[in-house]
Parts: sequence; structure tokens; C-alpha cells
Amino acid sequence: MAIFADSSTRVVVQGITGRDGSFHSAQMLEYGTKIAAGVTPGKGGQKFDGKVPIFDTVEEAVRKEGATASVIYVPAAFAASAICEAADSGVKLIVCITEGIPVLDMLRTTRYVADKGARLIGPNCPGMISPGQAKLGIIPGQIVEQGPIGVVSRSGTLTYEVVWALTREGFGQSSCIGIGGDPVIGTNFIDCLDAFEQDPQTEAIVLIGEIGGADEQNAARHIREHLSKPVVGFVAGRTAPPGRRMGHAGAIISGSQGTAAEKIATFRDNGVEVAERPVDVPAIVSKQLNV
Amino acid sequence: MNIHEYQAKEIFRQHGIPVPPGEVATTAEQAEKIAAKLGTKVVVKAQVHAGGRGKAGGVKLAATPAQAREVASEILGMQIKGLTVARVLVTPAEEIEHEAYVGAIVDRASGTVVLMASPEGGIDIEEVAAKTPELIFREHVDPRYGLLPHQASRLAHKLYPGDPGRARQAADIIRKLYASMVDAGASLIEINPLITTPSGELRAIDAKINIDDNELSRREEISALRDIESEAPAEVEARSKGLTYIKLEGNVGCCVNGAGLAMATMDLVKHYGGEPANFLDIGGSSSPEKVVTALRIIMADPAVKSILFNIFGGITRCDDVANGIVEASKGIELKVPITIRLTGTNEQQAVRILEGAGFSAMTDMDEAVRKAVELAGN
Repeated sequence: MAIFADSSTRVVVQGITGRDGSFHSAQMLEYGTKIAAGVTPGKGGQKFDGKVPIFDTVEEAVRKEGATASVIYVPAAFAASAICEAADSGVKLIVCITEGIPVLDMLRTTRYVADKGARLIGPNCPGMISPGQAKLGIIPGQIVEQGPIGVVSRSGTLTYEVVWALTREGFGQSSCIGIGGDPVIGTNFIDCLDAFEQDPQTEAIVLIGEIGGADEQNAARHIREHLSKPVVGFVAGRTAPPGRRMGHAGAIISGSQGTAAEKIATFRDNGVEVAERPVDVPAIVSKQLNV
Repeated sequence: MNIHEYQAKEIFRQHGIPVPPGEVATTAEQAEKIAAKLGTKVVVKAQVHAGGRGKAGGVKLAATPAQAREVASEILGMQIKGLTVARVLVTPAEEIEHEAYVGAIVDRASGTVVLMASPEGGIDIEEVAAKTPELIFREHVDPRYGLLPHQASRLAHKLYPGDPGRARQAADIIRKLYASMVDAGASLIEINPLITTPSGELRAIDAKINIDDNELSRREEISALRDIESEAPAEVEARSKGLTYIKLEGNVGCCVNGAGLAMATMDLVKHYGGEPANFLDIGGSSSPEKVVTALRIIMADPAVKSILFNIFGGITRCDDVANGIVEASKGIELKVPITIRLTGTNEQQAVRILEGAGFSAMTDMDEAVRKAVELAGN
């Protein structure tokens, strides 16, 4: 088991012929992901890597190849439209890697996706990987291993750092989800926590947050009220100054809101242990699982 | 991106929001001329991207054009929160009967734009929220339909209960404020205060707009409002090369791939007793050129006593970063020690490249951070 995507997931890659899209599609195929189709408007009829059919529209990819999930690498100017197209074509899981989509566009887009009954992960995220089964996005396949830990994070490379530390200490993962660094995103911490709670493979969850917004605080309260599995937290940005955007569009302390100190305190108040350093995460997981 | 008050007021004017007249001056002489043209008592206001201008002495009244010249010469060149005032707005001093607040922000939790209004204007809205939260009224805008007329009207009537004349004006202003936000691609827009004049008219006498950086590529006229002079030159250079650099107060220069890891690295510097000199994210696919630029920017900060590279190779190839470091070391004199941590994609090649050029590299993040802190003399 895993959450959101597994070995049965049939993926369509939107923007498969672009520089990033083609590079990462090759990596996804190498990992064993079932890429059913690619979409690049105007290049329908061609093939990617000599085998993956390319279509002009997502609708064709769904109808002819049975795609159930989409991964989006198209440039920011076209990405919100690509998300809507995927949702409108019946794709149930949409992973948008693209960074730089205007937030006012995302307000409309997240609503549209929800109205169509689809799930959006991202945008501005590394995507997700269910080790040994499917990789939808850019998380390096060589740092993960199958196992009992669910990982959810707002970051990219910081996630890799923690996942690699877990793998080195013998803790493989059920799924690793990068939910994205933008202020308005599709899937949030709580959605992932609930899915990991339901997933029989997952025994413990690692949640990696950062400054900005209140998603971590809401997650902390949700954990106390609704989760039976242990959760280990980490929050980046204790040294971040207020009012500055720390790389991610969503990583900003507004006034006195969204500091790392506030998030860490809320986790601890709700009984969630928070690691001081990324390297401390595996030891806390080990303690929580009594192994 | 922040824009200045006078620029925000121009956007308001274009959308029909009542704003007092006024012009920008860069010299005291210009300020005097504008005051003479306005022919009334004026306020001279520093145009700088910092809050608390009034408290810092950046906003002053002037009864005559000669006095406007005098106060402008005091304000121009003044430092407010480390920023030099290069421009002042000269605008008529309004008589104020009442001050309200009207604003709109993108609310992350609900995924909507929230319009807010409060009869407690003229002070920081966060302060109102903390002290008298019952005096802030809100309307959530459904992104599928935009702001509906009844919502603007409802908010206006809560703001001015029992005063249909002002409520009608306020509803109109609220609709135009929302339109300004959407047209400018703003993530925050505020009128604080929205004043009532003695004759019962509403006017926006201050204006604040934050533009969503992701909107800039499709809005040339808004991008053109960027005031490069008001930003740190190193941050401007970094942005032009696709890097994100933010100067901080410490002495350990940090160069990291990925924003989350960059923050975690700064935190670790602090954890081991040091202070980070900067936030710097070289981004996902980093070419050797980006690394050269990053190193040059960090080296240009005289406070830096030690430099730390922390690279987790995924999409970023460690050998690219290694080549960048070696290349940069040929072009710039490295006056401070460099500690390099690389792990992941092409780690072995990277270590060979670095060792061939006389650098050493480690793979453990904590070890590298500890060493960099120690080398900075902390």
C-alpha cells in the first residue's frame, strides 16, 4: 500500500517534450512509473522515448490510454490552465511541479479542481514517490526505500535530506509527498495525515514544515484530535526575518504570524515531538515506534 | 514586490477611488513648487518601503511652500529602518473627522480573497485584530464569482451603520479596491486610513499594495514600478541571475540549493552557536555560472568570515556546483575559508573536481556546519 499513487497508477505527463518534462519523464520511467501518455499541444501523434504516445489533449490521453494521474511540467504561464484541463478530463490525481503560478490564479484553480472531484498536489513542489511503486515528480529515486514511514513536506531538498537520513537509519517510506511552497496549494498537511492514518503500510509520519501561514498549526491540532499513529515534526526557518519571502512564495512571516517558534510551540502543545535538527528525525521515529 | 504609496495611489486613481491630489519630489525645491501649486497646507511623506514612517519622522506637515521646502530637505536623505529616503510625496493636509480601515488579502487557509473593514483606522490592523477583534468585519470572495455587489454593500453598512450616505460611498470604494487588486495582481491591498472629511466625503489618504512576484512576468506596467534604488544591490543582482539572496546580520555566508534546506541550514548555523550572514538559494538546476555569481555576492559582504556550501544533489548535480566553485576561485580572491558539503547526484565526481583544485569536501551536513561556524571565529 501507499497513499495517492501506487504501481497501478497510469500517468500522463503534461509538457513531456519540454526540457524539464522530458528529463524527468525519463527518470520516472527508469524508476518503473507507468507513464501511459504524454501531452504537448501540437505534437500529438509523436512518441516519447520511442514508446510513450503523445497527444494534443489530456482528454485523449485519458480516453485512449486510461491515464488516471497527471504530472505537470509546463511553464508557469500555462500551468494553471494545464491543471484545469487535467481535472476537466477526469484525471483524479494531479501533481503540478511548476513554480511561479500567480496566487490569484491558484485561488480559482484549486476551487475548480475540488469542484471536479480531483486531488491536486502542489504547485511549486517536488511531487510524490511511493517507493518501489511509482514516482510522480522529481524526488530522487535512489534516496528512498520501501517501508513504514509516511513523509509530508512543504519543501524539496530539505525533504530529500530527511528522507535520506531515514533511509540510512533503516526506515523506509510508504509514500513521500511534497505539498509545495506556495501560499495556496491543492493538498495540505491534514489531507496527507488522514491518508497516512488510513494506510495500513504507514506506521509513523514525519511532517516537515516551514515559516508562513498556519497549515502546521492546524495540522498540530488535527493530529491530537484525529490521529492514532505517531507524528514527528520539523520546522525550518527559526532564523528567518519577518516580512521577507524566504525563496518559497509561501515562506513569509506576515507581521507576527507564521513564525517557526509559533509552529513548534503549537506542535508541542498538541503532543507532537519536534526534531531540533533534520538528522534527529530518525532517532525520534525509532523511539516512537519502539524499535 | 512592494510599491510606493504614490504609485499605489495612482492605481487607485485609475480605478476611480477618491484620492487627494499630490506629486512626488526628489528635491526640496520640487517639494516647494508642488506645495505652491496645491496652494494649501500640505503633508510631506517619505516614500520608502518601511512601516512606521510617521514615528521615524518621515511624515511632516507644512503650512507654507517655504516650510514644505524645509521639511522636505529634512526628510530627503533620511534613513528609515536602514533605507534612504530618495522621494517624498507632497499632498494636501486633509481635515479628518474619522479614520477607517479597508483592505483585502489572499487568505491562505480558506483559499479566498478576504475583504476587511474596520472603523478603527489609522493604526496597524494587526493591532486592531489583537485588541478589538470584534471591530474587524470580513467578507470572503468566492473566486468563481468574484466580489458580489451585496458583499461590498454589507461590509460598507457594517463600517458605517446608520449612515447610508457614507455606506454608499464605501461600497463603491470597496468594489473598486477589489478591482484594483485583481488588475494589479496584488496579494495585499490596503487603504489605511480611509478618512471622512468634515463635509462627509470618504478619501484614501494612505495606500499600500504588495504585488505577487509571480504576476510580474505578465504585467509589464506593474513591473516597471519596481524601485531598484530602494533595494539592496546584491539582492537585485541575485534576482537577475535567478538566485534568491537575502542579507542577514551574521558572519557565516550560506550557499544552499533549495529554499527549505537553505532555511534549515541557517537554523543549524545558529544551533551550533553561529549567525547566518544570508539566505541564498541557488535553485534547482544550478549551472556553474550560478555558483560563481552566488560566491561573488556572498564574498562582497564584508561581514562574512566563513562560507558554507550545503548541496543536496537531486536535480542539482554536485559536479556542476564543484565546477562553479573551482571556476569562481580562479576569478575572485577567496579571502575567507570555504566549507563544502555535497551529497547525492554525482557526489564522487564533485569530490574529485574539488580535491584536484585544492578544496576538501564533506558529506555530513552537521559536521560541515559546525566547521563553518568554527572558522568564522564563533
